[in-house]
Amino acid sequence: MSGGADLNNPLAQFRQTYFEECAELLDALQSQLELLSNGQGDAETLHAVFRCVHSIKGGAGAFGFAALVAFSHVFESLLDAVRDRKIAATSDVVALLLRASDALADIVAAARDDRTLPAGFAGDVTAALEDLLLGASDAPAAVSAAPAAATAESAAVGETRYRISFTPHSEMLQKANEPLLLIRQLHRLGGLSVEADESRLPPFEAMEPEAAYLGWVFTLDTGAPQSAIDEVFEFVEDDCELRVQVLAAPAAGAASAGPAERLAEDGSAAAEVPAGDLHAAAAPSVHSIRVDVDKVDRLVNLVGEMVITQAMLTEQSGLLPADQYPVLIQGIEALAQSARELQESVMAIRAQPVKSVFARMPRIVRDLAATLGKEARIVTTGETTEIDKTVIEQLNDPLTHMIRNSLDHGIEAPDVRAAAGKPRQGTIHLAAAQQSGRIVIEVSDDGRGIDRERVLARAQARGLVAPGATPSEEEIDNLIFLPAFSTAEKISNISGRGVGLDVVKRNVQSLGGRISVQSRFGAGSRFIMSLPLTLAVLDGMVVSVGSETYIIPLTAIIESLRPHPADIHPVVGRGDVLALRGEYVPLIYLHSRFRVENAITNPCHGIVIIVQSDTAGRMGVVVDELLGQQQVVVKSLEANYDPVDGISGATILGNGRVALILDIARLREADCQSGPVRPDGNGAWRAGAADVPALH
Amino acid sequence: MAKRILTVDDSKTMRDMVAFTLRKAGFEVNEAEDGRKALTVLGGARFDLIITDLNMPNMDGISLIRQVRSSAQHRGVPILILTTESDSAKKADGKAAGATGWLVKPFSPEKLVELVQRVCP
Repeated sequence: MSGGADLNNPLAQFRQTYFEECAELLDALQSQLELLSNGQGDAETLHAVFRCVHSIKGGAGAFGFAALVAFSHVFESLLDAVRDRKIAATSDVVALLLRASDALADIVAAARDDRTLPAGFAGDVTAALEDLLLGASDAPAAVSAAPAAATAESAAVGETRYRISFTPHSEMLQKANEPLLLIRQLHRLGGLSVEADESRLPPFEAMEPEAAYLGWVFTLDTGAPQSAIDEVFEFVEDDCELRVQVLAAPAAGAASAGPAERLAEDGSAAAEVPAGDLHAAAAPSVHSIRVDVDKVDRLVNLVGEMVITQAMLTEQSGLLPADQYPVLIQGIEALAQSARELQESVMAIRAQPVKSVFARMPRIVRDLAATLGKEARIVTTGETTEIDKTVIEQLNDPLTHMIRNSLDHGIEAPDVRAAAGKPRQGTIHLAAAQQSGRIVIEVSDDGRGIDRERVLARAQARGLVAPGATPSEEEIDNLIFLPAFSTAEKISNISGRGVGLDVVKRNVQSLGGRISVQSRFGAGSRFIMSLPLTLAVLDGMVVSVGSETYIIPLTAIIESLRPHPADIHPVVGRGDVLALRGEYVPLIYLHSRFRVENAITNPCHGIVIIVQSDTAGRMGVVVDELLGQQQVVVKSLEANYDPVDGISGATILGNGRVALILDIARLREADCQSGPVRPDGNGAWRAGAADVPALH
Repeated sequence: MAKRILTVDDSKTMRDMVAFTLRKAGFEVNEAEDGRKALTVLGGARFDLIITDLNMPNMDGISLIRQVRSSAQHRGVPILILTTESDSAKKADGKAAGATGWLVKPFSPEKLVELVQRVCP
């Protein structure tokens, strides 16, 4: 995400890296604190929490974010005291830590956006932290012990331990370079311990005032690269003796040993490693690299192009006589296999655990519960489930809204819950799992559930359901996703929160996903989102209409058939419908929708593909013939041309031709506007027919 | 008390840029357009840092550094030289003459402040 970063400005780049790290650290901080708050934390959890804040503070110092340094310092001090058991991690303390972590996130965001926070921001939290600390420092030696404990802390994950020996020559001092300033700069890079070598110090009367006699050995734990250390000594490297050694990066959570003892261990370990192999010795600690997303996108794009070329080669090779070109044909088959694997591997690079989104939800629950005067907690499972980064980024809004919806409409007030025999505190469960090539995300709550009578009454009042119709329970539940329903008067009052569930549904659909709800009145609701693993590749059915080729997403297709003339019925105002096992399915004529000439116009001579979308319901798409099933690389139409109603994108086929990918959910709407088949203009019919087919 | 910095450069643009950036960062800044003027400005006053260009009329940066390092009053003042990327020989000359460090042109305001704070906190 190099976005606006100025590549010529190293500080801007370090700054960007720092904020990326901050985001990860804040997520980790949040989830570790959640563990503590659920009583699942242990000593290592506390260490992890400490390291997060410590690392944020370290970077903040380097960039001079004073407010951030100040707050994280107090936060860190308290965590240090908790870690050393000077302060017990009671639920009150953990609640305070959660508040502090929220405030820390805000302060980081302000620093990132160059905003100045109002004076006294998070003052209450700071005061509470300081009060707690003050109480703890009554314990003997607490204050003086703290710095020692900090240096004894083993290097955190991602940090490397360096041993730096530094002996200035007198010239260095004569050029006005001050060793103390260098030591301070080193300290900014991370945890520093210093040993002075005073062996060359002459007797006082023999001392030259401008000569250098001292030397130092530093042990530095830092996440900064070695170049950062080199930079500290940049001006003095010719005027001193300097040796920077990489000691093996200490394992996370290693038992703390005394500094002196550990130094000795590290020293001997380093002595066994030949100088040339120092980087090799440190290498195993590197588990990940940071890569600009643009680079990954470019890679994904290139692989996409390559898969298209490969498909073309495969298609062409099919025309060759196999006995004359056996090696060529085998080679192309092998290429197809490698191309597929390459594509999967590249897609896997973009995959990220949903944790980064899930981690933001507890705060939303806390904040909103407080606003609404409710008690609620959130439990998350399956955070490690991976999904494409693009999907993850767009998941935040729908998920946030669903959580809010559950908290506002689902979870009852504490007294109401108590009266119903439920625990006063409601629970929202956020879960992710991978199921048959899709990601399923569920938001469930133990609240009041959907009041179907009221929903149905409202839907009838809004004309969404015909009077006297008897929709199933599931159909009633899904009425809440209709635009006309959720923009109507709310069942409970959460005005001012912006969007309705119809918007959530649209968000999810734009990601190629589906959403549905299950509910039991009085016991709670469960929203189920099912999302594709990636947006870049799609399994499609290739169909022909006249001389044109279209792609229909395979996930939308239910069946295909050649209808009997007796099953086609023209309906006034609705166009043709197909009688299919007692159900009437509207027909969409693609040739007419996209004005294609020389196409088969009689469905009984062509093929009807029955497709289903969540918003538009079932329909039959009339095409000339099915050409086959194929994985296609989705190219954005907006980016390369212009958005077209009823089309979600384009792809390039093996023969080099462009084929448009149908947007099933929007096909019908577009059809209503411009096609020959028109509904009676009653929006209620469309909505009712789409989501609740049995109602009309 | 604000730290006091002398910026020496024959280019007014460069002096202005350095002065503007450092003043914004809370430093007190004086300007001189060559080495000789710089020595006059230094006089008996207290300075915490000198930032000097190398190629200047009347008295160049190297001579200025030598003069400062041999003066009784100012010998301990850190001196940063402004060099261009291609001019590494001059950087070494400046260093040999007693410069504390260097700043490679072109530089960003952040980099300037960072370097200044490094030798003059």
